[in-house]
Amino acid sequence: MLYLECPYCGVKGEETEFHAGGEAHLKRFGPGSSDQEFESYLFARENPKGVHFERWRHVNGCGKWFHAARCTASLEVFGTYSAQTTEPPKAIKDAISAKRPGWRWRDFS
Amino acid sequence: MRKYSVFAVAREALRDHTGWDRAWPNAAPKKRYDVIIIGAGGHGLATAYYLGKNFGITNVAIIEKGWLGGGNTGRNTTIIRSNYLQDPSAAIYEKSRSLYETMSQDLNYNVMFSPRGVMMLAQTEHEKRGYLRTAHANKLQGVATRFIGPEEVKKLVPIINLHGPRYPVLGALWQERGGTARHDAVAWGYARACAAMGMDVIQKCEVTGITKENGRVTGVNTTRGDIACDKLGVVVAGHTGVLADMAGFRLPVESLALQALVSEPIKPCMDVVVMANTVHGYMSQSDKGEMVIGGGTDGFNNYTQRGSFHHIEETVRALVETFPMISRLKMLRQWGGIVDMTGDRSPILSKTPVEGIFMNCGWGTGGFKAIPGSGWAMAELMAKGHSPLTEEFSMFRFREGKFIDESVAAGVAH
Repeated sequence: MLYLECPYCGVKGEETEFHAGGEAHLKRFGPGSSDQEFESYLFARENPKGVHFERWRHVNGCGKWFHAARCTASLEVFGTYSAQTTEPPKAIKDAISAKRPGWRWRDFS
Repeated sequence: MRKYSVFAVAREALRDHTGWDRAWPNAAPKKRYDVIIIGAGGHGLATAYYLGKNFGITNVAIIEKGWLGGGNTGRNTTIIRSNYLQDPSAAIYEKSRSLYETMSQDLNYNVMFSPRGVMMLAQTEHEKRGYLRTAHANKLQGVATRFIGPEEVKKLVPIINLHGPRYPVLGALWQERGGTARHDAVAWGYARACAAMGMDVIQKCEVTGITKENGRVTGVNTTRGDIACDKLGVVVAGHTGVLADMAGFRLPVESLALQALVSEPIKPCMDVVVMANTVHGYMSQSDKGEMVIGGGTDGFNNYTQRGSFHHIEETVRALVETFPMISRLKMLRQWGGIVDMTGDRSPILSKTPVEGIFMNCGWGTGGFKAIPGSGWAMAELMAKGHSPLTEEFSMFRFREGKFIDESVAAGVAH
């Protein structure tokens, strides 16, 4: 069972309180982009075994979207943070580095 | 390898069963193979088997990080059907279903294929219209299915409650020649047949890297040394993303946990497979008498082979309304497997950006039924470079927008 904390309202809950929204920090491509960029944005996913960043929504609470840093191999949650960012904050990255030295995820490390 | 037959049983009975060979030897890796298949599950072993049988390629290794058939092959609910809406899916799944019919004879291994019939319940008006459409499509594709009314459902499944308040049964899509098979036996049968052709089935050998030269695959690094190869087939289901990362490209695949559970064994009460896609539940009775129940996937990426309990609760709660008698059953075991879901919920059988690497993945929640057809098609793709069965399942279809949209056609439970 997955326990998350909503960074907006501070409520801690198990996963039925929330709704998973897929991979986070996607770089969006629209009209004018190449086919490959558009395909990659729409379909290609990191799908890592280990550190992962994803979007969640606090559906049965405040209703807001937020980001979570999580390990897909152990379901450990490293932290949750605001959705208004294109990159995980330093505190989250440090928390991950402490537990998973040498991790990398797309352009982050 | 000695043939299994009634005479072999009689012969061994006379000498206290001392003469049985090992079904397949536990091979150690050689330095080089023509073809390496990563993943000794059903699909990987079937691919190797048809490479040997149909194309005479037998210098093949099937390498597996765990034990043979220990992934999704040993974790599914063993349902076999081919009642899909889209032509490419119907073609490969129907090929697969027909190969299951003769598999025990082909492999000289009893896979206990039981064509008991598969019924997909229509529990909303929308679903009923969808299944009527599928039944018409199947008629054109040459797949024997038909839509049946509630009375016939009740006749086939006496334990069903047709008039549930939330989930009334409005009819069902009925495929009489669908059914179940013994999942472990499928893997074991293929492994034995592969070994008999001189292939190496190498267990406890994890791939840690893929080596390339000038955009072409040259081999794999494993926990038991480096192995060279001309062609590499990656058939690893849930871990597809990890292998694609080693090969240096990304796929439209995400790994999720899917769960199943079985009840205590009871006397025979249901001799068909029933799927209820509206409520994400499906149920059949195993030969041991256990009710085998499958549910839906978790909504988030997961490699733990454990699922969330609330999905089990949802599945069982919904099934109890349709099958009131199971409310008294105790559940014996619950387990999870990691399924690889693509954007359009259809599989990928494809060449890749790296020459010599072939991918077979994305079977999502319905891989078991596809094992022989997938192996047949994948072997043709690897041996000849193209196959009529895999043409539409290329990983490049996403760029073209040529989806095989079964997520709409079949609901979630594949």
